[in-house]
Amino acid sequence: MEKYRIKPNSGLEFGLYTLGDHIADPHTGERISNQQRIKEIIELAKMAEQAGIDFFSVGESHQEYFTTQAHTVILGAIAQATDKIKVASSSTIVSTLDPVRVYEDFATIDLISNGRAEIIAGRASRVGVFDLLGYDLRDYEELFEEKFELLLKINQEEVVNWEGNFRASLNNAKVIPRPLHGTLPIWRAVGGPPASAIKAGYAGVPMFLAMLGGPVSSFKRSIDYYREAAKRNGHNPDELPIATAGFFYVADTTQAAQAETYSYINEGMKLTNGSGFPKQHFAQGAHPQDVMNIGSPDLVIEKILYQHEVFGNQRYIAQMDFGGVSFDKLKRNIDIIGTKVLPEIKKHTRMK
Amino acid sequence: MKIVGLSGSIVGSKTRTAMERTINIITEKYPDIEITLIDLADFNIQFSDGRNYLEYDGDTGYVTQTIMEADAVLIGTPVFQASIPAPLKNIFDLLPQKAFLDKVVGFVVTAGSPKHYLVAEQQLKPILAYMKAQIVQTYVFLEEQDFYRKEITNDDVIFRLERLVDDLVTLTKTYDSIRKEKEAEYGF
Repeated sequence: MEKYRIKPNSGLEFGLYTLGDHIADPHTGERISNQQRIKEIIELAKMAEQAGIDFFSVGESHQEYFTTQAHTVILGAIAQATDKIKVASSSTIVSTLDPVRVYEDFATIDLISNGRAEIIAGRASRVGVFDLLGYDLRDYEELFEEKFELLLKINQEEVVNWEGNFRASLNNAKVIPRPLHGTLPIWRAVGGPPASAIKAGYAGVPMFLAMLGGPVSSFKRSIDYYREAAKRNGHNPDELPIATAGFFYVADTTQAAQAETYSYINEGMKLTNGSGFPKQHFAQGAHPQDVMNIGSPDLVIEKILYQHEVFGNQRYIAQMDFGGVSFDKLKRNIDIIGTKVLPEIKKHTRMK
Repeated sequence: MKIVGLSGSIVGSKTRTAMERTINIITEKYPDIEITLIDLADFNIQFSDGRNYLEYDGDTGYVTQTIMEADAVLIGTPVFQASIPAPLKNIFDLLPQKAFLDKVVGFVVTAGSPKHYLVAEQQLKPILAYMKAQIVQTYVFLEEQDFYRKEITNDDVIFRLERLVDDLVTLTKTYDSIRKEKEAEYGF
């Protein structure tokens, strides 16, 4: 776990993540400027750090309704503006990037941040980036697998010899700068069916598991498959951290939390995914055994602790800014996280 | 209310004839309903490659987005090789898994032989149910002998089409009001 900068004794890590979506607030119909959204994301990271949150990450989506395409640039700004919080991506689409450039960027962010940078590598759930950067969607799987392998190799070896199909060969190529402590934590982003979790386990890399909604027990299956695959391929699952990610929102009561957040999620999903979030499913999200952490502070604390107990995860990261949520509401959430949620979670998960 | 008619074949005329007749019935009986007929023969649709339906452009993007915006879908399908035609299946493949959630779907089937009557029951309904449609259980099955030169000649078929239209509209209104009533209880 130390290799991935995880200290199990200090309890479950709590983080925030944003996809960098840029959507009008459905209540007002107004959309803030790109510039304001980017600055608010940087501000949010600073506030998260002040509240004691462990981790902050920004994703890249290259299409309408998103604004953090250059996510590494934003992470550089966050690295400079903060002192303690871990800074990472959620996720970096290595399929359509050059792993050498990705590594150079993140090693630099690691140096700026004094050793706080991490890469979460994903395959993209929105595939606009393939057309934009000139890749064939038919190579979706192979592009990721090949480039992800190269990225992991660069992390281990400063001088790289490599050849593959989607990038020019590397002959005694020196990839610099190196991160502060020699290597970076590199995670694989996993969503949906267990197949992808199995690949992460097989490669023996930490897993970031995205969960929008549904029973905890369903996601437990992906986690079990991941650990089994890791073991089968000679890795020790006890040394591989797991992070889970999903919707989060707290208000005084569960009813109020649902009322405040539903239209953001529903309208945001309609715009970015083409299907809204059915009310019936959203209502079930409040069930203690559902992964959606939207509700009163007590309910959300109970749910996060329950998920931690079932999953044995080392980190939970919360998405609460999706769909044009106003900055005031985000501030209030950070406040509640800092004063109510975090202390309880740390108290119950820290090793005594 | 928005209804989309989807004529699911790019060859022949029977399915299109049946669809046009059904659409006329809707327009006459329910002039307030917004109705769009998509005859797949008029479009150049690409095969599904797994992307989100919003990311297709041209005819493919138009057809998928038009269907997604509908409250009810009326499908017309012939029977080819004891199954639904490939262009129609491709439309299902282009759409998200839960594309028909909160939509009512009814259909008419044309076939060269009465032996194909259960094809829709056994092959089309399971797809629609998987994609979360509220299905109008009774469908209209038309044979070669019900047509003469692109006209429906069997009055019984016309009566059955009228009943299908009524059922489609009534069920769409019904499910809509049931859902609204249920959603009002959630308080968010």
